[in-house]
Amino acid sequence: MERRRGTRKGKRLAPYLLGAPAAIWLGVFFLVPLVTMMSLSLQRCDSVTLACRMIWHFGEFPEQVSQFRPFFMRSLYYAGSATVIDLLVSFPIAYWIAFRAKRKNFFLLMLLLPFFVSFVIRTISWQFLLSDQGILLGTLKNLHLLPENFHVLATGTAVIAGIAYNFLPFTALPLYVSLERIDPHVLEAAHDLYASRRAAFAKVTIPLAVPGIFAAFLLTFVPGAGDYLNAQILGGTSNGMIGNVIQNKFLVFFDYPAASALSAILMGVMLIGIAAYAKVLGSRTIEEYI
Amino acid sequence: MSTVTEAPVAPAAATERPPARGTRRRWTYFVLPIYSAGVVLYLLIPIAVMILYSFNQSRSHLPQVTFNWQGFTTQWYKEWNQVPGLTPAFFLSLRLGISATLISTVIGTLLALALVRYRFVGKGVGEQVLFLNIAAPEIVLGSSLLGFFITINLSTGFVTLLISHVMFSVAYVAITVRARLSVFDPMLEQAAQDLGATPWATFRKVTLPLIAPGIMAGALMAFALSIDDFVTSNFVSGNVLTFPLWVYGAVKVGIPPQVFVLGTFIFSVGVLIAIMTLVNQGRRARQLAKPAKPARAG
Repeated sequence: MERRRGTRKGKRLAPYLLGAPAAIWLGVFFLVPLVTMMSLSLQRCDSVTLACRMIWHFGEFPEQVSQFRPFFMRSLYYAGSATVIDLLVSFPIAYWIAFRAKRKNFFLLMLLLPFFVSFVIRTISWQFLLSDQGILLGTLKNLHLLPENFHVLATGTAVIAGIAYNFLPFTALPLYVSLERIDPHVLEAAHDLYASRRAAFAKVTIPLAVPGIFAAFLLTFVPGAGDYLNAQILGGTSNGMIGNVIQNKFLVFFDYPAASALSAILMGVMLIGIAAYAKVLGSRTIEEYI
Repeated sequence: MSTVTEAPVAPAAATERPPARGTRRRWTYFVLPIYSAGVVLYLLIPIAVMILYSFNQSRSHLPQVTFNWQGFTTQWYKEWNQVPGLTPAFFLSLRLGISATLISTVIGTLLALALVRYRFVGKGVGEQVLFLNIAAPEIVLGSSLLGFFITINLSTGFVTLLISHVMFSVAYVAITVRARLSVFDPMLEQAAQDLGATPWATFRKVTLPLIAPGIMAGALMAFALSIDDFVTSNFVSGNVLTFPLWVYGAVKVGIPPQVFVLGTFIFSVGVLIAIMTLVNQGRRARQLAKPAKPARAG
């Protein structure tokens, strides 16, 4: 009797003991820093000693937004375009792998291959490819298919292309997960009820894939909007995104409150997105797409 | 991304559809495969550039990667460690990656066990935090961590890098292992315990071998994330340079070809391990499918 009660108590405690190391790590080094960030954004720091003190300065947020409006707009525009491109490009391949492909794991691995090459090197490779006299444009120019003064680098297009490339797997995988889950019997039922292939696709497949599409959107758009490496390497000097501002403020100008406020805004956008997902599609499902 | 290295053990039933209605396939049947192959090729382009240009000759005094093809050479492979600063950065990245992988694999696996095996107060919140951690833009992770380290007066360097790398890989490990655990039949553990095995023996002899592929996949993921990471590391590295940080710093002055050599090396090892894992899983799946007739789900 004594012993049984002991084990039952152990059973109750077990998940906490198992989860504790990871929970503490994430709590201390993920959640607490987020709170620190929020608090830093309300402080004022001495520009010489870098000592900060709390003054509850909420004005930082509107100030930063109005001062860096173009950077915010560019972030939204670049990440938004890249996400739309990624959704359009990866839906067919996710569909194909989920429903038709024989070697699913092989093709999923293919989608992940870019991750085996460093993010920085991938982006440099694109800089190579897209440079004015590089393999791609140089050849096309030599063949007189492109005008001599045509260039892609240092334009918004290059940044969008870079983001679209670097984040494509983050779009394709959640889409695949949602399509893979569709019970083929549901589609058969649609066919039995005389739905044409097109109608079944539009009225059954797509609606069932909506949670995956939304998760893919979040997982591509949010990191894409926060990215600054693509803008830095491919975008030249006049196409900076909000990430470039944050990085500069933090590491070059040591303006912690401003940088924290900008980061907090980015985080806020993401939380709104997740909240919208939970509201529309239920909060239980979103973790299933990671 | 949990799905990737997780081979579904059950044979994929949904995939083998009868080929359209008629006996002859319409041309449209080939559109998707060709399109998919095209996307995969597109994904491979920068990788091909990296590998190709690691063999490019350079005639300048200070060798740099150049756009023009100047002839084939294996010189950079022989002189892979001849660039001052690059080799230490590479080994630092390896050390950091291995340490971060070990820690995050252990604590992530334990978390996955807690999430799959038990119902407890706070489970839902925990899962939301994992999603938040994965979806958060890296710049937010990096800048908030730096703010935190400044606030608690911890000087940045290897330790802060290790802390951050474990922080962003642990969620990936947990969800990868969780995916493996959730297809695991708990009756197997029950059987072991009925046969008199202690909980620890059950875990070591039954649970661990069965979820080992998931743990392996999670560890691979963690290592890939760590050795690849630029944004977060850039914030918390202090004056320590990892491989990606070194490469980034070299962009303005021109990158030596050895960067592509080391990049090709990391890529090849990663691909090799991934293929080995896939082949191994395929063999296991076939072994499992042998005694019974391959179950057609439904």
